[in-house]
Amino acid sequence: MILPELGHWALILAFGIAILLATVPLIGAWLGDRLWMGVARPFAVAQMLMISAAFAALSLSFLTDDFSVKYVAGNSNTLLPWYYKLSAVWGGHEGSLLLWALILSGWTLAVALLSRSLPEEMVARVLGVMGIVNVGFLSFILFTSNPFLRLLTNTPTDGGDLNPLLQDIGLIMHPPLLYMGYVGFSVAFAFAIAALLGGQLDAAWARWSRPWTTVAWAFLTVGIALGSWWAYYELGWGGWWFWDPVENASLMPWLAGTALMHSLAVTEKRGLFKSWTVLLAIFAFSLSLLGTFLVRSGILTSVHAFAADPARGEFVLMLLLITIGGSLTLYALRAPAVKSRISFSERSRETFMLVNNIILVVATLTVLGGTLFPLAAEYFGKEVSVGAPYFNLMFMVLAPALVIFLGVGLSSQWKDTRPGVLLKQVPLLAVVSVPVAFVIPLWMGELTFSAVLGMFLASWLIMATVRDVQHKCGSRGWRVGWLKTTRSFKGMVLGHLGLAVLIIGATLVSNYTVEKDVRMTPGDAHTLGDWVFRFDKMDHLQGPNYLSDQGHFTVETTEGKVVGQLHPEKRRYVVSGNMMTEAGIMAGLWRDLYISLGEKLPGDEVWAVRLHVKPFVRWLWLGGLLMALGGTLAVMDKRYRFRRSKPAPQPEVSSSDASSAALPGETS
Amino acid sequence: MMRRLVLFVPLVLFAVMALLFKVMIGHDPTELDLARKGQALPDFTLTDLQNPEQRWTQADLLGKPYLLNVWATWCPSCRAEHPVLVDLAQREGVRIVGLNYKDDRAAAQQWLVKLGDPYALTLFDEEGRFGLDLGVYGAPETYVVDAQGTLLYRHVGVVTQDVWRNTLAPLLNGPAGGSQ
Repeated sequence: MILPELGHWALILAFGIAILLATVPLIGAWLGDRLWMGVARPFAVAQMLMISAAFAALSLSFLTDDFSVKYVAGNSNTLLPWYYKLSAVWGGHEGSLLLWALILSGWTLAVALLSRSLPEEMVARVLGVMGIVNVGFLSFILFTSNPFLRLLTNTPTDGGDLNPLLQDIGLIMHPPLLYMGYVGFSVAFAFAIAALLGGQLDAAWARWSRPWTTVAWAFLTVGIALGSWWAYYELGWGGWWFWDPVENASLMPWLAGTALMHSLAVTEKRGLFKSWTVLLAIFAFSLSLLGTFLVRSGILTSVHAFAADPARGEFVLMLLLITIGGSLTLYALRAPAVKSRISFSERSRETFMLVNNIILVVATLTVLGGTLFPLAAEYFGKEVSVGAPYFNLMFMVLAPALVIFLGVGLSSQWKDTRPGVLLKQVPLLAVVSVPVAFVIPLWMGELTFSAVLGMFLASWLIMATVRDVQHKCGSRGWRVGWLKTTRSFKGMVLGHLGLAVLIIGATLVSNYTVEKDVRMTPGDAHTLGDWVFRFDKMDHLQGPNYLSDQGHFTVETTEGKVVGQLHPEKRRYVVSGNMMTEAGIMAGLWRDLYISLGEKLPGDEVWAVRLHVKPFVRWLWLGGLLMALGGTLAVMDKRYRFRRSKPAPQPEVSSSDASSAALPGETS
Repeated sequence: MMRRLVLFVPLVLFAVMALLFKVMIGHDPTELDLARKGQALPDFTLTDLQNPEQRWTQADLLGKPYLLNVWATWCPSCRAEHPVLVDLAQREGVRIVGLNYKDDRAAAQQWLVKLGDPYALTLFDEEGRFGLDLGVYGAPETYVVDAQGTLLYRHVGVVTQDVWRNTLAPLLNGPAGGSQ
């Protein structure tokens, strides 16, 4: 079949189009040539068509088991169900890069289609910058990681199979969502670079890039939550975050993106923090690129790591130098260096948002430092391993600071808060939160420091949010008042409540999980907390590409009422010989019941079994979903829909500041 | 002017980081060269993880080739690796000696109870002295040692079925490893 060649040609064509997109509109914007600027949109469409064709060709090669394609042979197998064959497209290094490029083209197309109200120059620059990024990725694919390479001389009769860890519904969805987030930050990045190039770092710039940033952030949030959920049920030991370098790689852009989202709000509303916001936009996307680099260069070991290849590492480093180095140089030369004349007091919402922005950036740098420190130490001949204790300690300090300031910030007003208001509002938060902080842990079991702290913070945040809603509703009453609020306000409320829910989940599951390792044989029963786990029988099944030992367990309450059936499995994947544990989980809003099968012990059907009761574990991912939902709601705000007909309103900037922002070169 | 200089700070930080990547790129963490390759295992006297009274020296391990697996409870990758080791020990009867590295004795004992014990015996290297002599870079690491106590190979990172089949097994069962 010629299909892989067609895909390869489409990819080469896409590369050519990307080069045109990366040059012609930018030159046009520089010269002020409308014709040259005008080609940006058609190029964006053509690029998307070509990469979609390449992606479709690779997908079809997987579905038709074309093992003459090296990448297919390495990542698929005739025994795989069709949906895993499809998800295997991005199961390896080459294909996941192609997905990256596809998503980048998709975002580029979206910007091209939804930017009718923007000045022509801005559109040309934004699409051009996104084209540059895509040139980088497409050249990386074509020159070092081509998924269409053939094995024509000795085509294998069957493939080497997809890593069994990846044969899972969570992993079908996880990379696309995560990449939607990573790559989505390229839009904010492109807007920032375009603004620097054009010298127009005004509030309009922030207004345009805000919805894009929020959408990308929402995708990234869901992607990370999904990854955590997957690790929880698939790795079989009930953990949900491991501070693995690859997890850190996704957390860093998320933290920076969270800071960016909030900083953009201040820049749009008040015309403040312009340089800082631009830096965050560069920072968030650079960290997304860095994440890609860390996973693929093989310089850090990780469970997730793709095959190490120094040539690829060199190539990605070049790309990083050009994109990150280039944009930071541009930033250093063009960002406005004048002190803003817009004033705000130390009690204003601006101040608290700035403090939290700094905390988020410190958190990002903490993760970056912890991830890179072993590398630096190794260079100096020392052996260091930075693990969970370091990250947990840092976040036990930073998260409380963030939430405390968030609560205070929600109680404050823009520009200035009247003296005495904070002194009245803030103690009120504490009055409610302190009892909650003690009552809930006592009700759950033992009183521990981290449980008290966690519940205090969650309650503090919820109270501050509720007070803010109450304040917003004013005299109209809760129902009418709430309906009157804008969608972006509702989104903010939902996002902050999501964070509180996440904190509750993390606190309670870390403190009150009960686990027991037992030796069981069919007929045995064990009691754990309020539940009795009964081992009924053991089945030996054959799956499509694995052999399985499947346990049948019945869970009852201590009074003997049956709650449900659990079926933990131990699978042996035939082709690769890998062993996998599939946990049996009964999910619930208040607790999960979780059984993982250990090894078979000597004797007839004697098994090591691990029983867990995990309270509130679902709240972790529920919190993530709420945050993402909040972001989605915020983007659906009316002012974004009607932006076509109305020009961007002028922010509250003094005339002297606006002129200095337009001519940054003359101000320093 | 000062404020303009401040804007260069991110660029400088990035340059330092890029330099670090540049120098570290050539090395592949899973194939660190082994300074002591072909030499005898360094001397040690370590207690047994399960039994603090029991002391082991390198002489106790001679006679049969084995894998020396460096692990610790603080290492998440070790957890990912563990089922593979259990499988190798049970299914293929591979002789694996554990080196519990910079760890807590009680936590490590509990780990083996929970996850299964693939080790013929486990050395307890609380302060990491032996690990230092051996040149341990981090956990997990797995060394191939022949019957005469000579170090043949080091694998850095998680042992998978592939690593076992393609790299470790040929060395362990090969002419040097198998000659008893």
